Amino acid sequence: MDMEMHLFDVIGPVMIGPSSSHTAGACRIGRTAMRLLGEDVKTADIAFCGSFASTYRGHGTDRAVVGGLMNFHTYDERLRSSLHIAAERGMDVHFSTVNLKNAHPNTVRLRLTGVTGRNIEVVGASVGGGAIEIRQIDGLNVSITARKHTLIIVQNDEPGMVANVIMLLSSAHVNIATMNLSRSNAGGQAIMCMELDDLPPEPIVDALRVMRGIIRVTLLKKLG
Amino acid sequence: MLNSIATLVAEAGEGTISALAQRQEALQDEISVEDVRKKMAGHLEVMRASVEEGMQPSLHSLSGLSGGQAPRLEEAVKEGRTFGGELIGMASARALAIAECNACMGRIVAAPTAGSCGILPAALLTAQEVYGCDDDHLIDALFTAAVVGQVIADRATVSGAEGGCQAECGSAAAMAAAALVELRGGTPDMAAQACSFALMNSMGLVCDPVGGLVEVPCVYRNVSGVTNAITAADMALAGIRCPIPTDEVIDAMRDVGQYLPACLRETGEGGVAATETGQAIARKLAQM
Repeated sequence: MDMEMHLFDVIGPVMIGPSSSHTAGACRIGRTAMRLLGEDVKTADIAFCGSFASTYRGHGTDRAVVGGLMNFHTYDERLRSSLHIAAERGMDVHFSTVNLKNAHPNTVRLRLTGVTGRNIEVVGASVGGGAIEIRQIDGLNVSITARKHTLIIVQNDEPGMVANVIMLLSSAHVNIATMNLSRSNAGGQAIMCMELDDLPPEPIVDALRVMRGIIRVTLLKKLG
Repeated sequence: MLNSIATLVAEAGEGTISALAQRQEALQDEISVEDVRKKMAGHLEVMRASVEEGMQPSLHSLSGLSGGQAPRLEEAVKEGRTFGGELIGMASARALAIAECNACMGRIVAAPTAGSCGILPAALLTAQEVYGCDDDHLIDALFTAAVVGQVIADRATVSGAEGGCQAECGSAAAMAAAALVELRGGTPDMAAQACSFALMNSMGLVCDPVGGLVEVPCVYRNVSGVTNAITAADMALAGIRCPIPTDEVIDAMRDVGQYLPACLRETGEGGVAATETGQAIARKLAQM
């Protein structure tokens, strides 16, 4: 078991029912995906996989994901009517089911377009008790739990990139709790995810954004 | 690390398990005991609101399988038509109300899970109604329940997918039983005995949700869970000791969970989910 289990993980969380994995976790995946997009969602193509695919209507998984895409918390009673709220806000939502190879049983794939036209594809799994793991961003493998502040850096796959990033962070005394790195193909694009103990100072994030070889930097604050 | 019930009892000493739990949580989160209590007080208010919502006769779930059953039981209790009298009757009605609130996308506090969320609050709120204890005592009791749940989660599991319903409703009943004992002035050892009885008496309970939804049998298991907690607390408060130590019962529950085939661990493929009617309901739900 998780050694960091707290008493309020036992009595809690406060959430909209009926299921911590199929409702609360689904909402958190939606919220995380919306934050990764970095702007309000205009269209959402939502594909459920595994157990999500067979029970999403009865568990309100569809409502929970869409509520999450509007940044609603897991305890927000608007989750129940999120499909109506989304329609009122002009968000275009489409649901389907899909088979993804080797996916966790509770997986959803989100293809989002934001209000300024930005696109992102996010694959997330609800791994139990409301905990989540984002497993893919735009086809690149990641592991993001959103329990800590997470820095996500898409960069060219070339020598020295990781060292440069870490040197900059260490100069600001930012401690890295966990880190994972993957790439599309050698010399292609790589993605680096770092869970941080503290929020990095804004100038450091800005400096990362203009660093040679870095394509995109996203700072995902931990989910409240 | 408080990773056994025996440690909890030993460290509580002449004091209470709840005081120990609050000190530990404050230390771990680096906040004051007062703030820790405030957070729990907030959870208690949500629990009350869940009962109120679950008592609405018009409530119904997306599947149509649950909602509106709690007020019927409450009415029967109020009219003196139940075998269990007021305490068991109202605890059952409240457990049903909270579990149905959850099934109908209402707001609840997972305790320890959403599927078993009715047991602990139903036990405590009914004890408060019948015995008139104040909120401070209820908050203490919630901490006792929480730390018992933490030990169970640490040694075994509180997830139905991993350990069956015994891990969810069984754990919730064990947590509630220990909390009730403390609420009625029992010793930490009595709380441990109550925990043993509740967990022992739900040993082997499978997780068999019809159509994979948190409704049938989950909603009704919350009712049996709260009665299990009350009878376990009563035995312990009467001075009856469980022949098997609590930590060994918890470890046995873990082992039984591991023996359970996957079809009896939340997959909706065994138990009542696999009955002719359970399958028919599942097929209907799939076409919703």
